Amino acid sequence: MISLSHVSKRYTGGREALHDVGFTIDSGELVFITGHSGAGKSTLLKLLVAIERPTAGSIIVNGQNVGTLKARAVPFLRRRFGLIFQDHKLLFDRTAYDNVALPLDIAGFGAKDAARRVRAALDKVGLLKYEKALPITLSGGEQQRLCIARAIVHRPAILLADEPTGNLDADYATQIGDLFRSFNQVGVTVIVATHDQALLARLTPRVIALRNGALAEAA
Amino acid sequence: MTAWLAQHGRCLTGTLVRLARTPLGSVFNIVVIGIALSLPAGLYVLIDNLQAASGQLAAEPQISAFLALDASRAEIALIESRLKQHPRVQRYRFVPRDQALQELKQSSGLGDVIDSLPQNPLPDAYIVGAKDTKPQALEALREEIARWPRVVHAQLDAAWARRLDATLRFGRVVVLMLGGLLALALVAVTFNTIRLQVLTQRDEVEVIKLIGATDSFIRRPFLYYGALQGAAGGVVTGLIVSGGIWLVNHNLGELSHVYASLFQLKQITPAAAAALVLLPLALGWLGAWLSVGRHLKLIEP
Repeated sequence: MISLSHVSKRYTGGREALHDVGFTIDSGELVFITGHSGAGKSTLLKLLVAIERPTAGSIIVNGQNVGTLKARAVPFLRRRFGLIFQDHKLLFDRTAYDNVALPLDIAGFGAKDAARRVRAALDKVGLLKYEKALPITLSGGEQQRLCIARAIVHRPAILLADEPTGNLDADYATQIGDLFRSFNQVGVTVIVATHDQALLARLTPRVIALRNGALAEAA
Repeated sequence: MTAWLAQHGRCLTGTLVRLARTPLGSVFNIVVIGIALSLPAGLYVLIDNLQAASGQLAAEPQISAFLALDASRAEIALIESRLKQHPRVQRYRFVPRDQALQELKQSSGLGDVIDSLPQNPLPDAYIVGAKDTKPQALEALREEIARWPRVVHAQLDAAWARRLDATLRFGRVVVLMLGGLLALALVAVTFNTIRLQVLTQRDEVEVIKLIGATDSFIRRPFLYYGALQGAAGGVVTGLIVSGGIWLVNHNLGELSHVYASLFQLKQITPAAAAALVLLPLALGWLGAWLSVGRHLKLIEP
Protein backbone atom coordinates (compact mmCIF):
# COMPACT_ATOMS: atom_id res chain seq x y z
CA MET A 1 0.00 0.00 0.00
CA ILE A 2 2.82 2.38 0.91
CA SER A 3 6.30 1.71 -0.35
CA LEU A 4 9.40 3.90 -0.07
CA SER A 5 12.70 3.12 -1.72
CA HIS A 6 15.96 5.06 -1.44
CA VAL A 7 14.14 8.18 -0.34
CA SER A 8 16.26 11.21 0.51
CA LYS A 9 15.14 14.71 1.36
CA ARG A 10 17.47 17.66 1.46
CA TYR A 11 15.93 21.01 2.38
CA THR A 12 17.06 24.10 0.56
CA GLY A 13 19.76 25.40 2.82
CA GLY A 14 21.59 22.11 2.87
CA ARG A 15 20.33 20.05 5.82
CA GLU A 16 19.57 16.50 4.82
CA ALA A 17 16.49 15.41 6.77
CA LEU A 18 16.24 11.91 5.32
CA HIS A 19 18.90 9.75 3.76
CA ASP A 20 18.23 6.63 1.70
CA VAL A 21 15.13 5.48 3.55
CA GLY A 22 13.16 2.49 2.30
CA PHE A 23 10.32 0.41 3.76
CA THR A 24 6.93 -0.99 2.91
CA ILE A 25 3.70 -0.70 4.90
CA ASP A 26 0.90 -3.09 4.05
CA SER A 27 -2.77 -2.34 4.19
CA GLY A 28 -4.22 -2.67 7.68
CA GLU A 29 -0.93 -2.31 9.55
CA LEU A 30 -0.40 -0.35 12.75
CA VAL A 31 3.00 1.33 12.46
CA PHE A 32 4.89 3.70 14.74
CA ILE A 33 7.64 5.83 13.35
CA THR A 34 9.93 6.67 16.23
CA GLY A 35 13.04 8.66 16.79
CA HIS A 36 14.32 11.74 18.56
CA SER A 37 13.12 15.13 17.44
CA GLY A 38 15.04 15.98 14.31
CA ALA A 39 15.34 12.36 13.30
CA GLY A 40 13.11 12.97 10.29
CA LYS A 41 9.69 11.69 11.49
CA SER A 42 7.76 14.79 10.46
CA THR A 43 9.57 15.03 7.15
CA LEU A 44 8.60 11.45 6.39
CA LEU A 45 4.92 12.16 7.04
CA LYS A 46 5.08 15.33 4.94
CA LEU A 47 6.52 13.37 2.04
CA LEU A 48 3.65 10.87 2.20
CA VAL A 49 1.01 13.57 1.59
CA ALA A 50 3.11 15.66 -0.79
CA ILE A 51 3.56 18.62 1.54
CA GLU A 52 7.23 18.15 0.73
CA ARG A 53 8.74 16.42 -2.27
CA PRO A 54 11.68 13.97 -2.02
CA THR A 55 15.00 14.99 -3.57
CA ALA A 56 15.69 11.36 -4.46
CA GLY A 57 13.94 8.01 -4.41
CA SER A 58 10.34 7.04 -4.95
CA ILE A 59 7.28 7.03 -2.70
CA ILE A 60 4.44 4.85 -3.93
CA VAL A 61 0.99 5.19 -2.31
CA ASN A 62 -1.71 2.96 -3.77
CA GLY A 63 0.29 2.62 -6.96
CA GLN A 64 0.81 6.37 -7.39
CA ASN A 65 4.24 7.93 -7.26
CA VAL A 66 3.70 10.73 -4.78
CA GLY A 67 7.09 12.29 -5.45
CA THR A 68 6.22 13.19 -9.04
CA LEU A 69 2.50 13.80 -8.58
CA LYS A 70 1.17 16.86 -10.41
CA ALA A 71 0.03 19.71 -8.17
CA ARG A 72 -3.53 19.29 -9.45
CA ALA A 73 -3.64 15.68 -8.28
CA VAL A 74 -2.31 16.42 -4.78
CA PRO A 75 -5.71 17.31 -3.20
CA PHE A 76 -7.12 13.95 -4.29
CA LEU A 77 -4.13 12.12 -2.82
CA ARG A 78 -4.65 13.92 0.49
CA ARG A 79 -8.31 12.91 0.62
CA ARG A 80 -7.22 9.27 0.96
CA PHE A 81 -5.50 10.12 4.22
CA GLY A 82 -6.82 11.17 7.57
CA LEU A 83 -4.37 13.65 9.06
CA ILE A 84 -3.96 14.20 12.80
CA PHE A 85 -1.73 17.04 13.93
CA GLN A 86 0.01 17.74 17.20
CA ASP A 87 -1.39 21.27 17.19
CA HIS A 88 -4.82 20.02 16.02
CA LYS A 89 -5.17 22.70 13.29
CA LEU A 90 -8.83 23.27 14.11
CA LEU A 91 -10.70 26.29 12.79
CA PHE A 92 -11.61 28.35 15.81
CA ASP A 93 -14.38 30.37 14.20
CA ARG A 94 -16.52 27.29 13.56
CA THR A 95 -18.34 24.84 15.78
CA ALA A 96 -17.06 21.34 16.46
CA TYR A 97 -19.65 20.06 14.02
CA ASP A 98 -18.51 22.37 11.22
CA ASN A 99 -14.87 21.48 11.82
CA VAL A 100 -15.59 17.80 11.42
CA ALA A 101 -17.82 18.44 8.38
CA LEU A 102 -15.00 20.23 6.54
CA PRO A 103 -13.52 17.19 4.70
CA LEU A 104 -17.01 16.17 3.58
CA ASP A 105 -17.72 19.69 2.37
CA ILE A 106 -14.51 19.62 0.37
CA ALA A 107 -15.31 16.23 -1.13
CA GLY A 108 -18.83 17.39 -2.02
CA PHE A 109 -21.02 15.20 0.19
CA GLY A 110 -24.74 15.92 0.41
CA ALA A 111 -25.90 17.62 3.60
CA LYS A 112 -27.92 14.65 4.87
CA ASP A 113 -25.21 12.10 4.29
CA ALA A 114 -22.67 14.49 5.78
CA ALA A 115 -24.72 15.06 8.93
CA ARG A 116 -24.95 11.33 9.54
CA ARG A 117 -21.20 10.84 9.09
CA VAL A 118 -20.25 13.86 11.20
CA ARG A 119 -22.40 12.67 14.10
CA ALA A 120 -20.99 9.16 13.79
CA ALA A 121 -17.43 10.52 13.90
CA LEU A 122 -18.18 12.80 16.86
CA ASP A 123 -19.83 9.90 18.66
CA LYS A 124 -16.81 7.69 18.00
CA VAL A 125 -14.48 10.14 19.79
CA GLY A 126 -17.06 10.85 22.53
CA LEU A 127 -17.76 14.47 21.60
CA LEU A 128 -21.31 14.20 20.27
CA LYS A 129 -22.67 16.34 23.08
CA TYR A 130 -20.27 19.15 22.13
CA GLU A 131 -21.21 19.38 18.46
CA LYS A 132 -22.29 23.02 18.81
CA ALA A 133 -19.32 24.03 20.97
CA LEU A 134 -16.49 26.17 19.61
CA PRO A 135 -13.10 24.41 19.75
CA ILE A 136 -11.68 27.06 22.09
CA THR A 137 -14.09 25.92 24.84
CA LEU A 138 -12.78 22.35 24.66
CA SER A 139 -9.83 20.93 26.65
CA GLY A 140 -6.59 19.92 24.96
CA GLY A 141 -7.55 16.27 24.92
CA GLU A 142 -10.98 17.06 23.54
CA GLN A 143 -9.46 19.24 20.82
CA GLN A 144 -7.19 16.37 19.84
CA ARG A 145 -10.17 14.03 19.69
CA LEU A 146 -12.03 16.57 17.57
CA CYS A 147 -9.05 16.59 15.22
CA ILE A 148 -9.27 12.79 15.07
CA ALA A 149 -12.99 12.96 14.30
CA ARG A 150 -12.20 15.29 11.40
CA ALA A 151 -9.52 12.88 10.19
CA ILE A 152 -11.82 9.83 10.13
CA VAL A 153 -15.10 11.41 9.01
CA HIS A 154 -14.52 10.69 5.34
CA ARG A 155 -13.40 7.11 6.18
CA PRO A 156 -9.87 7.23 4.80
CA ALA A 157 -7.91 4.02 4.32
CA ILE A 158 -4.83 5.48 5.97
CA LEU A 159 -4.58 7.50 9.17
CA LEU A 160 -1.46 9.62 9.67
CA ALA A 161 -0.76 11.10 13.09
CA ASP A 162 2.12 13.43 13.91
CA GLU A 163 2.90 13.39 17.66
CA PRO A 164 -0.79 12.98 18.52
CA THR A 165 -0.15 12.74 22.26
CA GLY A 166 2.64 15.31 22.39
CA ASN A 167 0.79 17.83 24.54
CA LEU A 168 -1.51 15.51 26.46
CA ASP A 169 -1.73 14.04 29.95
CA ALA A 170 -1.26 10.28 30.30
CA ASP A 171 -5.01 9.66 30.67
CA TYR A 172 -5.84 11.50 27.48
CA ALA A 173 -2.97 9.80 25.68
CA THR A 174 -4.38 6.42 26.67
CA GLN A 175 -7.79 7.35 25.23
CA ILE A 176 -6.17 8.41 21.96
CA GLY A 177 -4.18 5.18 21.81
CA ASP A 178 -7.34 3.14 22.28
CA LEU A 179 -8.99 5.06 19.45
CA PHE A 180 -6.10 4.25 17.12
CA ARG A 181 -6.33 0.59 18.02
CA SER A 182 -10.07 0.51 17.33
CA PHE A 183 -9.57 2.11 13.90
CA ASN A 184 -6.83 -0.36 13.11
CA GLN A 185 -9.11 -3.23 14.15
CA VAL A 186 -11.63 -2.28 11.44
CA GLY A 187 -8.93 -2.34 8.77
CA VAL A 188 -7.56 1.19 8.69
CA THR A 189 -3.83 1.52 8.17
CA VAL A 190 -2.56 3.65 11.07
CA ILE A 191 0.82 5.38 10.93
CA VAL A 192 1.88 7.33 14.01
CA ALA A 193 5.01 9.43 14.33
CA THR A 194 5.79 9.67 18.03
CA HIS A 195 8.34 9.31 20.77
CA ASP A 196 5.69 8.48 23.39
CA GLN A 197 7.08 5.29 24.95
CA ALA A 198 3.94 4.63 27.03
CA LEU A 199 1.78 4.66 23.92
CA LEU A 200 4.20 2.34 22.19
CA ALA A 201 4.20 -0.10 25.10
CA ARG A 202 0.40 -0.11 25.15
CA LEU A 203 -0.27 -0.67 21.46
CA THR A 204 2.73 -2.90 20.62
CA PRO A 205 2.84 -1.80 16.98
CA ARG A 206 5.40 -2.45 14.30
CA VAL A 207 8.16 0.14 14.79
CA ILE A 208 10.15 1.96 12.14
CA ALA A 209 12.91 3.77 13.99
CA LEU A 210 14.74 6.70 12.50
CA ARG A 211 18.07 8.05 13.65
CA ASN A 212 19.54 11.18 12.10
CA GLY A 213 17.46 10.78 8.97
CA ALA A 214 18.24 7.13 8.30
CA LEU A 215 16.60 3.85 9.29
CA ALA A 216 17.92 2.61 12.62
CA GLU A 217 16.08 -0.69 12.44
CA ALA A 218 13.12 -2.02 10.52
CA ALA A 219 11.00 -4.46 12.39
CA MET B 1 -24.57 17.57 -9.77
CA THR B 2 -26.86 18.20 -6.80
CA ALA B 3 -23.84 17.87 -4.51
CA TRP B 4 -22.03 20.40 -6.64
CA LEU B 5 -24.98 22.79 -6.49
CA ALA B 6 -25.26 22.27 -2.75
CA GLN B 7 -21.56 23.07 -2.41
CA HIS B 8 -22.06 26.32 -4.30
CA GLY B 9 -25.16 27.09 -2.27
CA ARG B 10 -23.27 26.59 0.98
CA CYS B 11 -20.48 28.74 -0.36
CA LEU B 12 -22.92 31.52 -1.24
CA THR B 13 -24.57 31.51 2.18
CA GLY B 14 -21.15 31.31 3.82
CA THR B 15 -20.08 34.38 1.86
CA LEU B 16 -23.20 36.29 2.87
CA VAL B 17 -22.49 35.37 6.48
CA ARG B 18 -18.95 36.67 6.12
CA LEU B 19 -20.22 39.92 4.59
CA ALA B 20 -22.67 40.26 7.47
CA ARG B 21 -20.03 39.46 10.10
CA THR B 22 -18.19 42.71 9.37
CA PRO B 23 -21.20 44.89 8.52
CA LEU B 24 -19.49 48.26 8.77
CA GLY B 25 -16.52 47.37 6.59
CA SER B 26 -18.70 45.63 4.02
CA VAL B 27 -21.19 48.48 3.84
CA PHE B 28 -18.46 51.07 3.42
CA ASN B 29 -16.79 49.08 0.67
CA ILE B 30 -20.09 48.62 -1.12
CA VAL B 31 -21.04 52.29 -0.77
CA VAL B 32 -17.64 53.39 -2.09
CA ILE B 33 -18.07 51.17 -5.14
CA GLY B 34 -21.66 52.36 -5.60
CA ILE B 35 -20.79 56.05 -5.45
CA ALA B 36 -17.77 55.69 -7.70
CA LEU B 37 -19.82 53.93 -10.36
CA SER B 38 -22.79 56.27 -10.10
CA LEU B 39 -20.63 59.07 -11.51
CA PRO B 40 -20.24 57.59 -15.02
CA ALA B 41 -23.65 55.92 -14.84
CA GLY B 42 -25.37 59.20 -13.99
CA LEU B 43 -23.51 61.08 -16.70
CA TYR B 44 -24.48 58.41 -19.17
CA VAL B 45 -28.16 58.75 -18.27
CA LEU B 46 -27.95 62.52 -18.68
CA ILE B 47 -26.27 62.32 -22.08
CA ASP B 48 -28.67 59.65 -23.25
CA ASN B 49 -31.61 61.87 -22.36
CA LEU B 50 -30.12 64.95 -23.98
CA GLN B 51 -29.44 63.00 -27.13
CA ALA B 52 -33.01 61.76 -27.24
CA ALA B 53 -34.24 65.31 -26.75
CA SER B 54 -32.00 66.75 -29.44
CA GLY B 55 -33.12 63.98 -31.78
CA GLN B 56 -36.67 65.28 -31.55
CA LEU B 57 -35.47 68.65 -32.76
CA ALA B 58 -34.48 69.06 -36.36
CA ALA B 59 -31.09 67.53 -36.79
CA GLU B 60 -31.42 68.16 -40.51
CA PRO B 61 -30.01 71.56 -41.37
CA GLN B 62 -32.45 74.21 -42.44
CA ILE B 63 -32.09 77.87 -43.32
CA SER B 64 -34.65 80.23 -41.88
CA ALA B 65 -35.05 83.37 -43.92
CA PHE B 66 -36.88 86.11 -42.02
CA LEU B 67 -38.49 88.79 -44.14
CA ALA B 68 -38.97 92.43 -43.29
CA LEU B 69 -42.05 93.13 -41.18
CA ASP B 70 -43.46 95.42 -43.85
CA ALA B 71 -42.80 93.16 -46.84
CA SER B 72 -45.66 93.19 -49.31
CA ARG B 73 -47.36 90.20 -50.92
CA ALA B 74 -45.66 90.92 -54.22
CA GLU B 75 -42.26 91.04 -52.60
CA ILE B 76 -42.98 87.75 -50.83
CA ALA B 77 -44.07 86.18 -54.13
CA LEU B 78 -40.81 87.34 -55.74
CA ILE B 79 -38.78 85.58 -53.08
CA GLU B 80 -40.89 82.47 -53.49
CA SER B 81 -40.24 82.40 -57.24
CA ARG B 82 -36.51 82.85 -56.63
CA LEU B 83 -36.53 79.89 -54.26
CA LYS B 84 -38.51 77.82 -56.76
CA GLN B 85 -35.96 78.42 -59.49
CA HIS B 86 -32.86 78.15 -57.35
CA PRO B 87 -30.85 75.05 -58.35
CA ARG B 88 -29.50 74.40 -54.83
CA VAL B 89 -32.80 74.54 -52.98
CA GLN B 90 -34.40 71.19 -52.30
CA ARG B 91 -37.64 72.40 -50.79
CA TYR B 92 -39.05 75.36 -48.94
CA ARG B 93 -41.96 76.18 -46.76
CA PHE B 94 -43.62 79.49 -46.07
CA VAL B 95 -44.45 80.28 -42.46
CA PRO B 96 -46.79 83.27 -42.27
CA ARG B 97 -46.32 85.50 -39.25
CA ASP B 98 -49.72 84.64 -37.75
CA GLN B 99 -49.00 80.96 -37.92
CA ALA B 100 -45.59 81.50 -36.36
CA LEU B 101 -47.23 83.32 -33.47
CA GLN B 102 -49.68 80.46 -32.95
CA GLU B 103 -46.84 77.93 -32.92
CA LEU B 104 -44.88 79.97 -30.42
CA LYS B 105 -47.93 80.20 -28.21
CA GLN B 106 -48.35 76.45 -28.18
CA SER B 107 -44.77 75.35 -27.79
CA SER B 108 -43.44 77.88 -25.33
CA GLY B 109 -46.35 78.06 -22.92
CA LEU B 110 -46.08 81.85 -22.94
CA GLY B 111 -49.64 82.19 -24.28
CA ASP B 112 -50.69 84.80 -21.75
CA VAL B 113 -47.71 86.96 -22.45
CA ILE B 114 -48.19 86.73 -26.21
CA ASP B 115 -51.88 87.54 -25.97
CA SER B 116 -51.03 90.72 -24.14
CA LEU B 117 -48.84 91.98 -26.98
CA PRO B 118 -50.34 94.91 -28.89
CA GLN B 119 -49.26 93.48 -32.26
CA ASN B 120 -47.53 90.42 -33.72
CA PRO B 121 -43.78 91.00 -33.41
CA LEU B 122 -42.88 88.06 -35.67
CA PRO B 123 -42.01 88.40 -39.36
CA ASP B 124 -43.01 86.15 -42.22
CA ALA B 125 -40.41 83.50 -42.89
CA TYR B 126 -39.30 80.84 -45.32
CA ILE B 127 -37.84 77.58 -44.06
CA VAL B 128 -35.46 76.36 -46.74
CA GLY B 129 -33.94 72.91 -47.13
CA ALA B 130 -30.81 72.63 -49.25
CA LYS B 131 -29.82 69.89 -51.67
CA ASP B 132 -26.23 69.91 -50.51
CA THR B 133 -26.08 69.72 -46.70
CA LYS B 134 -22.31 70.14 -46.36
CA PRO B 135 -21.51 72.98 -43.96
CA GLN B 136 -19.73 75.17 -46.57
CA ALA B 137 -22.49 74.79 -49.18
CA LEU B 138 -25.13 75.60 -46.57
CA GLU B 139 -23.23 78.64 -45.42
CA ALA B 140 -22.88 79.86 -49.03
CA LEU B 141 -26.61 79.45 -49.64
CA ARG B 142 -27.41 81.24 -46.39
CA GLU B 143 -25.23 84.20 -47.37
CA GLU B 144 -26.83 84.37 -50.79
CA ILE B 145 -30.35 84.35 -49.40
CA ALA B 146 -29.40 86.93 -46.79
CA ARG B 147 -28.46 89.36 -49.60
CA TRP B 148 -31.84 89.11 -51.30
CA PRO B 149 -34.04 92.19 -51.02
CA ARG B 150 -36.52 92.26 -48.16
CA VAL B 151 -34.72 89.39 -46.39
CA VAL B 152 -33.70 90.84 -43.06
CA HIS B 153 -31.96 87.85 -41.58
CA ALA B 154 -31.04 84.35 -42.70
CA GLN B 155 -30.05 81.80 -40.14
CA LEU B 156 -28.67 78.26 -40.22
CA ASP B 157 -30.91 76.37 -37.80
CA ALA B 158 -29.04 73.15 -37.45
CA ALA B 159 -25.81 74.73 -36.30
CA TRP B 160 -26.66 74.56 -32.62
CA ALA B 161 -28.06 71.05 -32.97
CA ARG B 162 -24.83 69.95 -34.58
CA ARG B 163 -22.83 71.62 -31.89
CA LEU B 164 -24.92 69.87 -29.26
CA ASP B 165 -24.47 66.60 -31.07
CA ALA B 166 -20.70 67.01 -31.14
CA THR B 167 -20.70 67.97 -27.47
CA LEU B 168 -22.75 64.92 -26.60
CA ARG B 169 -20.38 62.72 -28.54
CA PHE B 170 -17.53 64.22 -26.59
CA GLY B 171 -19.53 63.59 -23.43
CA ARG B 172 -19.81 59.93 -24.34
CA VAL B 173 -16.05 59.68 -24.67
CA VAL B 174 -15.70 61.25 -21.23
CA VAL B 175 -18.20 58.75 -19.81
CA LEU B 176 -16.29 55.88 -21.39
CA MET B 177 -12.99 57.12 -19.98
CA LEU B 178 -14.47 57.71 -16.55
CA GLY B 179 -16.22 54.36 -16.64
CA GLY B 180 -13.02 52.61 -17.63
CA LEU B 181 -11.02 54.27 -14.89
CA LEU B 182 -13.59 53.54 -12.21
CA ALA B 183 -13.95 49.96 -13.41
CA LEU B 184 -10.21 49.67 -12.88
CA ALA B 185 -10.65 51.19 -9.43
CA LEU B 186 -13.33 48.61 -8.62
CA VAL B 187 -10.98 45.80 -9.63
CA ALA B 188 -8.26 47.35 -7.48
CA VAL B 189 -10.55 47.78 -4.45
CA THR B 190 -11.67 44.17 -4.72
CA PHE B 191 -8.09 43.02 -5.20
CA ASN B 192 -7.09 44.68 -1.97
CA THR B 193 -10.12 43.50 0.01
CA ILE B 194 -9.51 39.93 -1.06
CA ARG B 195 -5.80 40.21 -0.33
CA LEU B 196 -6.60 41.16 3.26
CA GLN B 197 -9.11 38.33 3.51
CA VAL B 198 -6.70 35.74 2.20
CA LEU B 199 -4.11 36.91 4.71
CA THR B 200 -6.50 36.91 7.68
CA GLN B 201 -7.75 33.47 6.68
CA ARG B 202 -4.30 32.11 6.18
CA ASP B 203 -4.74 29.38 8.82
CA GLU B 204 -8.02 28.27 7.35
CA VAL B 205 -6.61 28.13 3.85
CA GLU B 206 -3.66 26.12 5.11
CA VAL B 207 -5.86 23.62 6.93
CA ILE B 208 -8.27 23.01 4.08
CA LYS B 209 -5.34 22.63 1.70
CA LEU B 210 -3.96 19.95 4.04
CA ILE B 211 -7.18 18.00 4.08
CA GLY B 212 -7.51 17.85 0.35
CA ALA B 213 -9.24 20.99 -0.91
CA THR B 214 -8.65 21.74 -4.57
CA ASP B 215 -7.55 25.22 -5.60
CA SER B 216 -10.96 25.95 -7.09
CA PHE B 217 -12.62 25.02 -3.79
CA ILE B 218 -10.29 27.37 -1.91
CA ARG B 219 -10.76 30.13 -4.44
CA ARG B 220 -14.54 29.88 -4.59
CA PRO B 221 -15.56 31.78 -1.42
CA PHE B 222 -13.21 34.63 -2.30
CA LEU B 223 -14.58 34.85 -5.83
CA TYR B 224 -18.11 34.85 -4.46
CA TYR B 225 -17.16 37.59 -2.05
CA GLY B 226 -15.65 39.78 -4.77
CA ALA B 227 -18.59 39.21 -7.12
CA LEU B 228 -21.19 39.81 -4.41
CA GLN B 229 -19.45 42.97 -3.25
CA GLY B 230 -19.34 44.26 -6.82
CA ALA B 231 -22.98 43.40 -7.45
CA ALA B 232 -24.05 45.06 -4.21
CA GLY B 233 -22.08 48.13 -5.29
CA GLY B 234 -23.96 48.00 -8.59
CA VAL B 235 -27.28 47.91 -6.74
CA VAL B 236 -26.20 51.00 -4.78
CA THR B 237 -25.29 52.70 -8.07
CA GLY B 238 -28.69 51.83 -9.48
CA LEU B 239 -30.43 53.25 -6.42
CA ILE B 240 -28.37 56.45 -6.53
CA VAL B 241 -28.95 57.04 -10.25
CA SER B 242 -32.60 56.05 -10.15
CA GLY B 243 -33.16 58.19 -7.06
CA GLY B 244 -31.36 61.07 -8.76
CA ILE B 245 -33.59 60.80 -11.82
CA TRP B 246 -36.68 60.73 -9.64
CA LEU B 247 -35.53 63.78 -7.74
CA VAL B 248 -34.72 65.71 -10.93
CA ASN B 249 -38.05 64.77 -12.51
CA HIS B 250 -39.88 65.74 -9.36
CA ASN B 251 -38.38 69.20 -9.54
CA LEU B 252 -38.68 69.39 -13.31
CA GLY B 253 -42.35 68.56 -12.86
CA GLU B 254 -42.93 71.86 -11.09
CA LEU B 255 -40.81 73.71 -13.63
CA SER B 256 -42.62 72.18 -16.58
CA HIS B 257 -45.98 73.11 -15.07
CA VAL B 258 -44.83 76.68 -15.12
CA TYR B 259 -43.47 76.48 -18.66
CA ALA B 260 -46.03 73.95 -19.91
CA SER B 261 -43.26 71.89 -21.49
CA LEU B 262 -42.79 68.20 -20.94
CA PHE B 263 -39.08 67.52 -20.57
CA GLN B 264 -38.59 64.53 -18.27
CA LEU B 265 -35.57 62.29 -17.67
CA LYS B 266 -36.29 58.68 -18.55
CA GLN B 267 -35.97 56.18 -15.70
CA ILE B 268 -33.32 53.49 -16.22
CA THR B 269 -34.62 50.53 -18.20
CA PRO B 270 -34.59 46.98 -16.77
CA ALA B 271 -31.81 46.11 -19.22
CA ALA B 272 -29.69 49.04 -18.02
CA ALA B 273 -30.40 48.10 -14.42
CA ALA B 274 -29.28 44.54 -15.11
CA ALA B 275 -26.09 45.84 -16.72
CA LEU B 276 -25.51 48.08 -13.69
CA VAL B 277 -25.50 45.00 -11.46
CA LEU B 278 -23.85 42.44 -13.74
CA LEU B 279 -20.94 44.58 -14.87
CA PRO B 280 -19.66 45.36 -11.34
CA LEU B 281 -20.32 41.71 -10.47
CA ALA B 282 -17.99 40.62 -13.25
CA LEU B 283 -15.41 43.26 -12.32
CA GLY B 284 -15.51 42.23 -8.65
CA TRP B 285 -15.09 38.63 -9.66
CA LEU B 286 -12.12 39.59 -11.83
CA GLY B 287 -10.46 41.54 -9.01
CA ALA B 288 -10.97 38.66 -6.60
CA TRP B 289 -9.67 36.16 -9.14
CA LEU B 290 -6.50 38.14 -9.74
CA SER B 291 -5.96 38.62 -6.03
CA VAL B 292 -6.65 35.06 -4.95
CA GLY B 293 -4.51 33.61 -7.73
CA ARG B 294 -1.63 35.74 -6.61
CA HIS B 295 -1.95 35.36 -2.86
CA LEU B 296 -2.89 31.70 -2.54
CA LYS B 297 0.40 30.73 -4.08
CA LEU B 298 2.13 32.26 -1.06
CA ILE B 299 0.29 29.95 1.32
CA GLU B 300 1.59 26.42 1.34
CA PRO B 301 1.24 24.18 4.38
